[in-house]
Amino acid sequence: MSVTRIWWPVSDGLSAAERVLTKLRHDQTALALTVGAPVVMVLVFGYVFGSAIAVPGGENYRAFLVPGLFVVTAANITPSMVGMARDASRGVVDRFRSLPISRVAVPFGQAAATAVYGAVSLVLMALCGLAVGWRISNGTGDALTALGLLVAFQIAMTWVGMYLGLVLGREETAAQASILLFPVTGLSNVFVPASGMPAWLRTIADWNPVSAVAAATRQLFGNPTTPANGAWPLEHPVTAALGWTVLLLVVFVPLCTARYARGRAG
Amino acid sequence: MQAIEARGLTKSFGAIRALNKFDLTVPEGTICALLGPNGAGKTTAIRILATLTSPDAGTASVAGHDIARQAALVRGCIGLAGQHAAVDDDLTGRENLVILGLMHHLGRRSASRRADEMLAEHGLADAAGRLVRTWSGGMRRRLDLLASLVVRPAVLFLDEPTTGVDPRSRAAIWSSVRSLAASGTTVLLTTQYLDEADRLASDVVIIEAGRTVANGSPEALKDTIGTRVVVAVEGAADLSAAASVASRWATSPPAVDAEQLRLTARVATGSVTLPELVRHLDAAGVRAQDVSFRRPTLDEVFLDRTGGSARDEARKEAVA
Repeated sequence: MSVTRIWWPVSDGLSAAERVLTKLRHDQTALALTVGAPVVMVLVFGYVFGSAIAVPGGENYRAFLVPGLFVVTAANITPSMVGMARDASRGVVDRFRSLPISRVAVPFGQAAATAVYGAVSLVLMALCGLAVGWRISNGTGDALTALGLLVAFQIAMTWVGMYLGLVLGREETAAQASILLFPVTGLSNVFVPASGMPAWLRTIADWNPVSAVAAATRQLFGNPTTPANGAWPLEHPVTAALGWTVLLLVVFVPLCTARYARGRAG
Repeated sequence: MQAIEARGLTKSFGAIRALNKFDLTVPEGTICALLGPNGAGKTTAIRILATLTSPDAGTASVAGHDIARQAALVRGCIGLAGQHAAVDDDLTGRENLVILGLMHHLGRRSASRRADEMLAEHGLADAAGRLVRTWSGGMRRRLDLLASLVVRPAVLFLDEPTTGVDPRSRAAIWSSVRSLAASGTTVLLTTQYLDEADRLASDVVIIEAGRTVANGSPEALKDTIGTRVVVAVEGAADLSAAASVASRWATSPPAVDAEQLRLTARVATGSVTLPELVRHLDAAGVRAQDVSFRRPTLDEVFLDRTGGSARDEARKEAVA
């Protein structure tokens, strides 16, 4: 009995993960969006922006864009935010909190499930990228590091999303709030090099975690990069990306689990 | 042993005091209904007892475990169905129950078996494989109730289990609750429907502004209000004679309606019988057309015991 008990938090987490993944399996719309989004993003941004934007050094814009879109996909906190807000508003969080299970297990399980789902999105995006001219130009080691970094960043962002979902507490509010995410990814070097922005805006873009992860991904895959503008995170993109990821986890995992365990006021 | 014992529970949200030295005792195996106007503190009481939130002051034990110091043990003994159907729309009914079974550490095989067994037992087997999104509201609430019974709890908390539920599903939920109590589960439920409390509960606790204002069995509570006597007479002259007869037993001055030629009085239940009253009216020369005794409903008890806010609200709900 006591031996199996040790595994309970893990099995509780797995049950929570299974719940998220089974829901997704039934939700055809969400599934279609997951598959469709990378294709649409690569086509719209790759060919619409690509026709007008010049990458420094005159390299292929799509080879520059695809690593950035990986980061946009990894930074998409909408599913975790809206999902958690829905659970909170419908009493699902309360039900789980009334069970004799570890209160930390559920958010961990949901984060794990979102990571699986995110990894699938990344693979789909990579396939689309390969089709439009993006290539992995460095070694396997670097490519795997890039992939690991993206997955880690995605997990960190999932915790941010779950925390915000708990704080917002209403599905509709969370859905509206997700519109505000576009500036976060847009104000970066994902779509265009930040060099052309006004100085104050460029400082924000250079220090945006999304920029650091995008720069790190480009460097590791051996894709066209942007000028660092003398900004430390872009001069050391891999270290900066790792640092941002660890920082987000250190801040948001405790915040989210504490909030989940404590519950809403009322 | 008492299944639920709460002493002096107090909880404030900002300036609002949701619970104010709230006491509650629920004996094992009984059904207790918590009645009160909206905002009286019913949900807060349930949330505290189910260890979802902690009180500012006071103590409570559920199934013999202290809610503050032994919260994990409490959670091992309770089931909770909240005001919303806390089931997943994007899962089938069966999947909803299986995942909860897994979270109760039943193992996959037992969890599946338990899910099928419950769905069949409660007449939901036909819908079991369909996404809950396609279920009716009443069916969802029934599934939500099952979700709190995956492992039979010693104490079950139901927060407004039948609010907004169609009559058929309501009857199904009532019968499930009754059979649970019969097999030893203690049930604490909140409700807005007084007939629900009347028909289901062995004890009723009326709560207002976070405090208990009355408690007892539905019958005992009705007795505190007494029996209402209505006498219809032929002429205005009969009214005053009838009033003086009724005053003999009335607990408060009888109300006289000169237009309708009717007199209403409240008497202590059992203090006078119908034939006895008729004899006295006859002896006093009252030409009575109709004499009736009416037991109060729980609604009357509720309105009598709760303040004006509750009365207004009840009126609004009656209109709606």
